[in-house]
Amino acid sequence: MKRFAALFAALDGTTRTSAKVAALADYFREAPEADRLWTVALLSGRRPKRSVSATRLAGWAAERAGLPEWLFADAYAVAGDLAETIALILPEPARPAERSLAEWIAEVRALAALPEEEKKPRILAAWEALGGTERFLFNKLLTGGFRMGVSQTLMTRALAQATGIPEPELAHRLMGDWSPERTSWASLVLADDPAADLSRPYPFCLAYQIEGDPAALGPPADWFAEWKWDGIRGQLILRGGAHHLWSRGEELITDRFPELAGARDLLPPGTVIDGEVLAFAGGRPLPFAQLQRRIGRKSVPRSVLAEAPVVLMAYDLLEAGGADIRQRPFAERRARLAALLAALPPEAPLRLSPEAVFDDWAALARLRERSRAAGAEGLMLKRRAAPYLAGRRKGDWWKWKVDPFSIDAVMVYAQAGHGRRANLYTDFTFAVWDGDDLVPFTRAYSGLTDAEFARITAWVRKNTLERFGPVRRVRPEHVFEIGFEGIQRSSRHRSGVALRFPRMLRWREDKPAAEASTLADLRALLDLYG
Amino acid sequence: MSLADRGRLAAGAARARVPAMARPDLLTVTDRGIFCPAGGFHIDPWRPVARALVTHGHADHARPGMGAYLAAEGAAPVIRHRLGVPVQTLRFGEPVTIGGVTVRFHPAGNVPGSAQDQGERAGGVWVVSGDYKTEADRLSEPFEPVRCHTFVTECTFGLPVFRWRPEAEAMAAVDAWWAENRAEGRVSVLGAYALGKAQRLLAGIDAGAGPILTHGAVETVNAVLRAQGLRLPPTIRVTPGLDVRAYPGALVLATPSALGSAWMRRFGRASTAFASGWMALRGIRRRRAADRGFVISDHADWEGLNAAVRATGAARVIATHGYTASFRRWLEEQGYEAGAIETEFAGESLEAPEPETEAETEAETEAETEAEAEAAETGTAGAGAAETGAAE
Repeated sequence: MKRFAALFAALDGTTRTSAKVAALADYFREAPEADRLWTVALLSGRRPKRSVSATRLAGWAAERAGLPEWLFADAYAVAGDLAETIALILPEPARPAERSLAEWIAEVRALAALPEEEKKPRILAAWEALGGTERFLFNKLLTGGFRMGVSQTLMTRALAQATGIPEPELAHRLMGDWSPERTSWASLVLADDPAADLSRPYPFCLAYQIEGDPAALGPPADWFAEWKWDGIRGQLILRGGAHHLWSRGEELITDRFPELAGARDLLPPGTVIDGEVLAFAGGRPLPFAQLQRRIGRKSVPRSVLAEAPVVLMAYDLLEAGGADIRQRPFAERRARLAALLAALPPEAPLRLSPEAVFDDWAALARLRERSRAAGAEGLMLKRRAAPYLAGRRKGDWWKWKVDPFSIDAVMVYAQAGHGRRANLYTDFTFAVWDGDDLVPFTRAYSGLTDAEFARITAWVRKNTLERFGPVRRVRPEHVFEIGFEGIQRSSRHRSGVALRFPRMLRWREDKPAAEASTLADLRALLDLYG
Repeated sequence: MSLADRGRLAAGAARARVPAMARPDLLTVTDRGIFCPAGGFHIDPWRPVARALVTHGHADHARPGMGAYLAAEGAAPVIRHRLGVPVQTLRFGEPVTIGGVTVRFHPAGNVPGSAQDQGERAGGVWVVSGDYKTEADRLSEPFEPVRCHTFVTECTFGLPVFRWRPEAEAMAAVDAWWAENRAEGRVSVLGAYALGKAQRLLAGIDAGAGPILTHGAVETVNAVLRAQGLRLPPTIRVTPGLDVRAYPGALVLATPSALGSAWMRRFGRASTAFASGWMALRGIRRRRAADRGFVISDHADWEGLNAAVRATGAARVIATHGYTASFRRWLEEQGYEAGAIETEFAGESLEAPEPETEAETEAETEAETEAEAEAAETGTAGAGAAETGAAE
């Protein structure tokens, strides 16, 4: 664990990307294979299941440190991180012991199968064996959430440096359904056979929002445009007679969308399509809220299937006839995709995402204005000559989303954040006027600068009217412009609306609370776009 | 809660367990600060009063506008320099009688000359801690515990997550970081308070390892402390005309607010760090966006606070600036007659505002504003400013 702790400290001890990658690459060269494998797993969001509840851990740690539970709770509120709080309050380790990262993870995994009364002595023993950063990391493994300030992309880059295997190749090998318990360093990282796993997806190509005038992209003829659909980005894999559907977050979501099983009979094996899962009826996409009904559950009731049927709106063809064609130009891939889908019957669960044809950039700008009417959230621009790249890159793909909806709202509740935002009031509830009443309608916690959060935090402390646990009701004084991507009717909220992606666009210090928007303003948006 | 406590403190809390403190007028709190009615003086008042005892020169404790100032000998030069006022002085341990109250100053170990203020009258002894640190460093007079009946203690770091490593270990970590940067030809910029922390670092690190440059606000304090006889290693003030490339691998001591400011650009791709007790918390460390955070505080940690309280032998302990609500409840559960008072001291704070002018002003803005005071109280939960606001 010492080596892993040193890695963690090195990553935590710098804000420079190159230094992080170098530290990680060194680790991938030197650490034992089992530890390397687990590090790759942890940095790609794969972690041992939580085996002890947070409440129990807190109780045991407080007891061991000889502190009352209320004091532990006060300390936790300040540190903003359970694993860290526990690591800091416990006495120095009485019986230091060195075990590898993989061994400690095995211990954490072993706990899951034990009855509660047997978990406690094992965890106390671990706390006696580990000090400082190691104890913090062990607690992180226990409590699940694990962020090391390194994205999967940086991890892959470091792995490429350490192994000499090209980055895109590694990105592909690390995709899909694997876990360190069922694979080895050799077969996951070193083996040159990504097809060994028939369900393995390709890394998604992602786009940045376009900045400034799209005319800077050059001749319009070099570019292909299509709607940016608001669904779930997915990759449909047809190989060996089976089908798999992956989300962009590398989650296997095949079973939630049984409609897509039909693709097995319609398309040849060895086909991989990148597209957008959309709830779709009557020739147009349904609101995202309809699709949401399909996400949160393992099996989908027939009624929901009927009310919110899905299709895959196909964007791109990544594999054809079992061959990886990502290096072919987009125009060619798109043509082959179109040919493949042209033969499908109209009731097929796959559709070709229509091209948004334009002759000049002004025409495209006018098209973009019609995005919402088309049920889309903007446009996608793809260079016709570009290969399909892994990850988020600048240059070949751009999204050009419509401007968000916006409404001026009054801040009425505030709550402190966690982790990096511990001790700062960053999570706010906003309200609009309904006559003389303020009706809360959304929460938001992003969009301000650190300096603004520090300022509003000082204000919240002085202007608290009431406390409900960690939540403070504050003087309704400050107005913020809230931006959001969509609005839905909702019976779960007092305001009767639910927003999509709400965030703070601006702190309207120029605007008194009395001039904030009204519930009628929200309802007008709902009638137009809900 | 704070109102009730103020009442309790003001009433002298005539509890049977502490007969010596039965007098209702030994210490009280006014809107100007902690007040001794019998002596007619305030301690570290935050608004103008006739007579002020000042524990040390940090801006939240030494404020302008008082009719008269009394401070420990070693703290006076900085106070004079910063406030431009005459300051009467006492040596540590030297008694002076003010209105029938015998006053003494004892070392608090926070910055050079920083004092715990002791008052004694008719068998009752109180001590107001000011800011204090129990572990000795190589700069300030080491903290001395003082027996008393009532101990008014700061609790900036009054939660069990704050536990410092030994001085030598903390300084070695700074040395190692500097050495690593020197080896890579990078400048090391270390953010530290201009008064106290910066000089403690100068005295504690391996200063001969390379050139040391200082921000104007730090160098101004260096000059004052050198003039009163404290020995500090040689330092070079960063001025607009200074060619910083002539000092490759230098260590730069800067104010916390200078980090990330335009002032930093002259050092190129420097490695940055902060030295503060708050660096014990990862969230705050990450928020500061410096490369490194060294856990070095001029305040007592959790163990230090508890040890200091025990060493006084006091039956009554009043918690001031810091995690007052938590620390007071903890003391109560330990069997003390505990209270808490809300003060306007900032304690140790990192969320410093950007300085508007050159060196001198920067030193003065160091721990001054209300926003900063709030930030220092980060998450004081029950002791938050909402209550302060209500009480005022």
